[in-house]
Amino acid sequence: MTDTVRDHVRRPTRVVNTSVLRNDAREKLLGRTRYAGDLDVAGQLHARLVRSPVPSARIVAKDASAALAIPGVVAVLFGEDVPNNEIPTNTAGIKGRPLPPSWVLATDRVRYHGEPVALVVAANLRALAAGEAAVEVEYDLLPVVSDPERALEPDGPEVHEGGNLLSQWEIDRGDVDAAFADADVVVEGRYEAQVVDHAYLEPETGVGWLDDEGVINIRVSTQEIEHYRRIAHVVGLTDSKVRVQAPYLGGGFGGKEDMTVEPYIALAVQRTGRPVKMTWTRQESLTARAKRHPVRMSYRTAATADGRLLAHDIEVVSDAGAYPLLSGFVLLYITLNAAGPYRCDNVRVRSRAAYTNNTPGSAFRGFGGMQPVLGYEAQIDKVADATGRDRVEVRKRNAFTAGDRIPAGQRIDTAVWLPQCIDAVLERIGPRPEPSSPDHRVGLGLACNVQPYGRVAWMNDSASAWVGCERNGDVVVRCGVPDVGGGQVSSLAQIAAEVLHVPMDKVTVHFGDSARTPLAGRTTATRQLYMSGNAVLAAARVLRARLVEGVARGSGHAESALTLAEGGVITPDGVVPLAEVVMMCLANGVAINAMETYFAPTGPPVAQRIDAERIVPDFTFGAHAAYVEVDTRTGAVRPLRYVAAHDVGRAINPASVRGQIEGAVVQGLGYALSERIVYDEGVNLTGAFYQYAVPTAADCPEIEVVVLESGEGVGPFNARGIGEPPIGPCAATIASAIEDAVGVRPTTLPMLAERVRACIDERAQS
Amino acid sequence: MTEAMGSVETTISLNGAQVTGHAPADTTLLRWLREQAHAYEVKEGCNEGTCGTCTVLVDGRATTGCTTLAVQVAGGEVETSVSLSDGDELSPLQTRFWEAGAAQCGFCTQGMLMSAVELLRSGDEVTPTTVREHLHGNLCRCTGYQAIVDAVVRAAEEGATR
Repeated sequence: MTDTVRDHVRRPTRVVNTSVLRNDAREKLLGRTRYAGDLDVAGQLHARLVRSPVPSARIVAKDASAALAIPGVVAVLFGEDVPNNEIPTNTAGIKGRPLPPSWVLATDRVRYHGEPVALVVAANLRALAAGEAAVEVEYDLLPVVSDPERALEPDGPEVHEGGNLLSQWEIDRGDVDAAFADADVVVEGRYEAQVVDHAYLEPETGVGWLDDEGVINIRVSTQEIEHYRRIAHVVGLTDSKVRVQAPYLGGGFGGKEDMTVEPYIALAVQRTGRPVKMTWTRQESLTARAKRHPVRMSYRTAATADGRLLAHDIEVVSDAGAYPLLSGFVLLYITLNAAGPYRCDNVRVRSRAAYTNNTPGSAFRGFGGMQPVLGYEAQIDKVADATGRDRVEVRKRNAFTAGDRIPAGQRIDTAVWLPQCIDAVLERIGPRPEPSSPDHRVGLGLACNVQPYGRVAWMNDSASAWVGCERNGDVVVRCGVPDVGGGQVSSLAQIAAEVLHVPMDKVTVHFGDSARTPLAGRTTATRQLYMSGNAVLAAARVLRARLVEGVARGSGHAESALTLAEGGVITPDGVVPLAEVVMMCLANGVAINAMETYFAPTGPPVAQRIDAERIVPDFTFGAHAAYVEVDTRTGAVRPLRYVAAHDVGRAINPASVRGQIEGAVVQGLGYALSERIVYDEGVNLTGAFYQYAVPTAADCPEIEVVVLESGEGVGPFNARGIGEPPIGPCAATIASAIEDAVGVRPTTLPMLAERVRACIDERAQS
Repeated sequence: MTEAMGSVETTISLNGAQVTGHAPADTTLLRWLREQAHAYEVKEGCNEGTCGTCTVLVDGRATTGCTTLAVQVAGGEVETSVSLSDGDELSPLQTRFWEAGAAQCGFCTQGMLMSAVELLRSGDEVTPTTVREHLHGNLCRCTGYQAIVDAVVRAAEEGATR
C-alpha cells in the first residue's frame, strides 16, 4: 500500500451506495422535461448556418443581397460582421508554435465540408430555408488532403500555414532497444480505427434572448456552461454579460463539449435584439459536427518466455481534421494510455496528429483512452500466444498494482482490481452457446482497459457547490453541473441527502446555470461526480457542522453532545426537527448554508515528452467478455452475450453505474461492428442518419454488468469515475471473440461483415 | 412557423381532446404536434424516419411523426406519451421504466414508450427477443437497451397496456 490511499473504511450509508430511483427520471417519463429545444420564446427568430459544400477552397465572393430580399429574412452575417471572429485555441499543440484559431464564420478560406460560412436569421423556418439557399458564396477549389500520413509528407497540401503537424507527444521510459535485444519473443501489429459520430438523440439546439440587464441569455444543450466567456469574446462583451443555462441534455458523449450553436445564437440576438432559436438538423450534425479521431497505430512488443512484458515501441498517427479543437489533448490521452493497464518498464511512444480537410476531430467518450485498447489488447494476446501461455494468466501477471508507475511516470495511488474484473466477467459469461448452424462459429473474447478520470493536472481544475436549508428544513443544492443524462444531478442529491440525513425527495438541486449556480466546470473527462460530488460533499459537511453549532448555541449543550441524524439534531433533551434547527441557527448568528470549492491535484504542464509525477487525478479499470457468433459464409458477426465489470471504488448509485456501463457497451459495439463516417476526398458522404448504423435493440445482446467496489477512488465516498471507461474495451473484446471463433483477428474498425470475410478468406489461402 | 398562404385547417384527436391547427399542407405531424398543439413531449431526433424518437400512436399504430403529414391524420386519433400517466401518477409501464433505469437522458424515451405500448396492446407474446425486435425502430444512445427490455417485459408480465 502507498501512503496516499484514501480512507477506505466502509462506513454504513443510508442513501449513498443504494440504487435510489433517479430524481430526474420521473419528470422525463412523464414527458415534462423541457430540453433545450423545447422552449420557445415569444417573438423569437430562427437562425441557420450556410455551410461550405466543399472541403477545401478559397472564398472569392460572398453576396447576401438576394437572401435579404426574401420576405422574412432579417439578417445575414458573414465572418467580417462578427466582432471577434477568431476563437482562440488553447489546447496542447507543439511546443513553441502557436496553434491556428478556429473561426466562427470562415472569411476567405474553408478547410472542411460543412464549415460555417454565413449565418442567416429569419422570422420563420420557411424564410430561413429560402434565405440559406439564396446566400451566394463563390468558391475557388484548392487541393484536398484527406489522409493524415499524406498530410504529414513534406509536399502534403497545407491545411494551415506552417505544415500539417498539429501535435506530437513522446514517451521514453527505460531502454527500449536493449529490452528488445534481450527479449524472448517480439510481436508486431498494425491497427486502424475509424471516424465515428456521437449520434446523441438530441441534436444541437438552443434559444437565446436579451434580458433586462442587457445580458445575453442562452439556454442550450451543452456540456459546458462556462463557454459563456468564449461567447462573450465572440460578441465583444465582457464575460458577465453572457449567461448560459444547460437544462437536462438528450446526450452529449463529448460532442457538446466544444461550442455548437451558442456563438451563432449570441450573434443573432446581438444583431437583431430579438430572441433567436437555432437547431442543427441531424444531417447537418452528421456532416459537420466534430467526430472521434481515426487513428493508425503500429505496435512492437517484447516479452520474456514466461509472458512478462518487457517493452513496447508504439507509433500513432491521428487525423485531427481541419481545426485543432481538442485534438492535442485527445492525442495526449492516446499516448498516455497506449500501453494499457499493464506494467512495462521500457516504453517508447511516438504520436502525431495531422491536419487534414476532414471534419475536425474532438472529444468523444473515451477521449483517446479509447483507440489504443484495440492495439494493446491485441498485443497482449499475441504475447500470450507466442509464449504458449494463457491469455488470462498473461493479463494478470502483467496487470498494474497500486504503487506502480504508468509509462508516463505517474504513480497509481489506488487499488487496481484488474484481476478481480477479469475473474468476474469470466465467471458470469457462462457456458459457450451452440452455433446456430454448421456454417457458424462461436467465440469468446476478453479485453481489459484503463481510463483516467478528471482533467489533466495543469488545468488546475476546481468545482464549487452551495448547499443550504430552507426554513422548513428542506435542502437545496446549487451547483453548475450540466447533466448530460448520466444522473449527474441525482448523484449530487444523494450525497447531500446522505450527509444531512434527509430523504432524497427533500433535496432540490439547481444546476447548470453560469449566472446563478456556483461554477463546477464541464461535464466531460469523467470528472463531474468526482469534482462536483466532492464539492457538494464538502459543502454539506460544513453545513452539517453549522446546524449542530446552531443547536449548541441555542440549547447550551456542547457540540459533542449533539448529533445530526434522521429527523433533526439529537440532543440530550430530545430531537430538534430540522425546521427548528434552521430557526435556532438564524437566531444565533449561524449560517444555514455553505459553499465549498473542491480542487483537483495539480502539477506543472507537460510539453511534448511526457514524464511527470502528476498528469491525471486517478484511473478506472475494467474487463469485458463476450460471446459472438460469426457466419463464416458472410463474415457477419453477432454478439450473443456480453458481460462488463469495472471497479468503481464505491458506487454512489449502483443502478446508475449499471446504466452507464450498459449504454457504453452498446456505443462500443457500434464502434466495433457497424458505425463509420465515410469520406471521399474530404467530402463527408454520411449525411443521413439511415446511413449511420447506430446499433438497435435487435442488434444488441443481453448485457450483464458486474459492479466491483474496491473502496478506493478519489471521488466522494471513494467513488471512481465511470462515465467514459466502459466504452473502451468493447472493440477489442469483439475482435478477440472473432479470433477465438474463426482463428483470425480483424485489426481494422468497424469489423464489417466483408472485412471479417476477407480475413477468413486470407487465412484459408495462407 | 405560420404562413397564411396554403394554410390548412386540421383537426386531430390528441390524447382524447380535439385540437384544431392551421398549418401549411406539407407540415409533418411532428411539427404540427409541437408547433400547433404544443405537444413538446414529441421529440425530433432525425426528421427522416430513422431514429424513432418522434414515435406516436396514430389510430393505435406506432408511427414516426416526421414521416407523416398532419393532414394525413386529420380526423384521426393521436396518442403521445403524456396520455399514459394519470396526472402525476406514472403509468405501470412508466413505473417499470423508472425502476429499471430505462430512462437516462430521456430523449428517446417518449417514442420508446409508445412503441412499447403498441406491443403491450397487440396481444403478441412479450419476451426479451420480441421486445428487441419490436423496438428496433427506436434508437437509444445511452441506456444500452437492456433496462428498456427488462422494463417492457416486466410491464407485460403484469398485464400493463400503458
